[in-house]
Amino acid sequence: MAINMFKYAAPSTFYGLAGKLIPVFAWPAAILFCIGMYIGFFVAPTDAVQSEAYRIIFIHVPASILSMFLYLIMAGYAALGLIFNTRLSSMMATALAPTGALFAFISLWTGALWGKPMWGAWWVWDARLTSELILLFLYLGFIALQSSIEDPRRADRAGALLAIVGSVNVPIIYFSVKWWNTLHQGSTVKLSGTSMHIAMQQAMFTMFAALWLYAVAITLLRVRSIILERERNTQWVTELVEIKQ
Amino acid sequence: MNKLSLPGLLGLVIRRDLMLAMRRRADVLTTLIFFVIVVSLFPLAVGSEMDLLRKMAPGVVWVAALLASMLSLGRMFSADYLDGTLEQMLLVPQSLSILVLGKIMSHWMLSGLPLVLMSPVLGLQFDMSGQALLILVFSLLIGTPVLSMIGAFGAALTLGLRGGGVLVALLVLPLCIPVLIFGTGAVIAVTSGVSPASNLSLLGAFLLMSLLFTPWVSAQALRISME
Amino acid sequence: MLEVSDLACMRGEQQLFSGLSFALKSGELLQVQGENGRGKTTLLRTLCGYIQPSAGDIHWQGKPVQELDEDYFADIIYLGHLNAIKDELTALENLHISSALSGCTINDSIAKSALKRMGLRGRETFPVKLLSQGQRRRVALARLLINKAPLWILDEPLTALDVGAVGLMQEMIGEHLLNSGIVIFTTHQPLEVAGVATRRLTLT
Repeated sequence: MAINMFKYAAPSTFYGLAGKLIPVFAWPAAILFCIGMYIGFFVAPTDAVQSEAYRIIFIHVPASILSMFLYLIMAGYAALGLIFNTRLSSMMATALAPTGALFAFISLWTGALWGKPMWGAWWVWDARLTSELILLFLYLGFIALQSSIEDPRRADRAGALLAIVGSVNVPIIYFSVKWWNTLHQGSTVKLSGTSMHIAMQQAMFTMFAALWLYAVAITLLRVRSIILERERNTQWVTELVEIKQ
Repeated sequence: MNKLSLPGLLGLVIRRDLMLAMRRRADVLTTLIFFVIVVSLFPLAVGSEMDLLRKMAPGVVWVAALLASMLSLGRMFSADYLDGTLEQMLLVPQSLSILVLGKIMSHWMLSGLPLVLMSPVLGLQFDMSGQALLILVFSLLIGTPVLSMIGAFGAALTLGLRGGGVLVALLVLPLCIPVLIFGTGAVIAVTSGVSPASNLSLLGAFLLMSLLFTPWVSAQALRISME
Repeated sequence: MLEVSDLACMRGEQQLFSGLSFALKSGELLQVQGENGRGKTTLLRTLCGYIQPSAGDIHWQGKPVQELDEDYFADIIYLGHLNAIKDELTALENLHISSALSGCTINDSIAKSALKRMGLRGRETFPVKLLSQGQRRRVALARLLINKAPLWILDEPLTALDVGAVGLMQEMIGEHLLNSGIVIFTTHQPLEVAGVATRRLTLT
């Protein structure tokens, strides 16, 4: 299917496409989420070491991976917007940030829920959890910066620069935190052994897909609202059916 | 027309900033006093048990240095931004990155260097050994310029925005965490009898990387903020 | 030679102006007019390179301004609403620094004679914060006498100036045009240069 990429690079045309695509992602997301939760909580066997509490990893791990993945995608879109001056790319970056931050937060929260039955503490300074916390700060910094700047152009470009510098720093931060963790002999949050039961793998993968589809759907929804706000003075927006009502 | 050479530009900017600071000496002192106060708060808060304080010392001094550095960032660009001189700097017929590097260097001389010089005194309050003090000073000497450089990037991005100092801190502190980890790590290494060399060389690597990239990135941030 | 073709600028999400084209040769004087908020300052700042236009090009001496970069900056002087002088420094020190930054290091006698022409004789060594608004503006304008850049971009240069200084400013512009300079300006007060026809560009 040959899509004319440049046709959809304009906010006005992308708005319509995004609207049509949302249900395409949202419904499968909801279905997969239900399936994944079912497998994870009812089908997968009880873990030998960690018993029932471990099941939270079916949300924790996909959320963690996605939070990092989304940061890179966000930085990528932001960079595109900065280099090629395309407004829509910058709007996508702005739309991705809250979802990325949410996943980072969920990752931390589920990490805590996992930690409590395991080590008796609500928080452990594990290298991954600590890096996740710092990632959350990076997301919040991006969102805070963009909301403090009134001029949308400056907000786009400043945010892009911050996101790019942030993504270069993420490996450095991760490495530093890992080193710090070994120095202070902190605990490590691990799954029991490397070979997982097939049902666990299925649950993990299903939940990952579900969360990813959700992220796409919600980002498309958010970017539509950003487009409406930023383009509110243009003709095509004032002529939209939704606005005319 | 005789354009300044790059070292000449660097020297001019540093001289200018130092000259300005000399006429507003209070600004420089307040950063130092803040540093001393923050460090002194910890024994008051956690008790004066020497063992505990000795263990906390590198962390406390480093965090205080970090916070003092954040506080002083407002001074880097905002005065020049408000009276229009920063605007003119964007039009110099030379590398803006070198100009920014000059501002960073003078900022460090006025806020980072005093902290480095003050730190042994504060370390003594925490009963740090001579060796630990030496490494503390050394780690701050290498690390505080990196803090100034990362801070410059944050200050340039947030030029003229409401939310001021807190916003810069939110942006910059996460990026400074590696410096904090290895800075304190060096001192902890030496107090545990291990060589601090790997920590210090990583700090040195951060210094080199920031020297290479932050002036340019901050210059871009300045242009974005001044549009 | 400044050539502007098809220039368009946005502020926020609004188009300020578009399709702007003009060319200026040495010795020409251009006044940019328009109601408040129409983009006069934005146009001037775009010509300086602060703002990226959303469309169109600017060429200086035949080359695009993005290519020239620092060489273009060497050829312009921009005077905005702010004075761009440090209050803590003296007028002399300010001049030394701003000239050095823009690429012409000067000695005391050149600086003093520039300040003398601006009517600040005897006040060169005061910290600028002790001077009046009008005097500070004169210190800011003294740069024009020292820097040899051909293109002057002046945003309301007559603000805070008294009648004498206005006359001086007009003289300085006249001299600059005779020396093959180009001047682009906006103003809310009448600014006429003897013997020169002012071209006008109106932004709507």
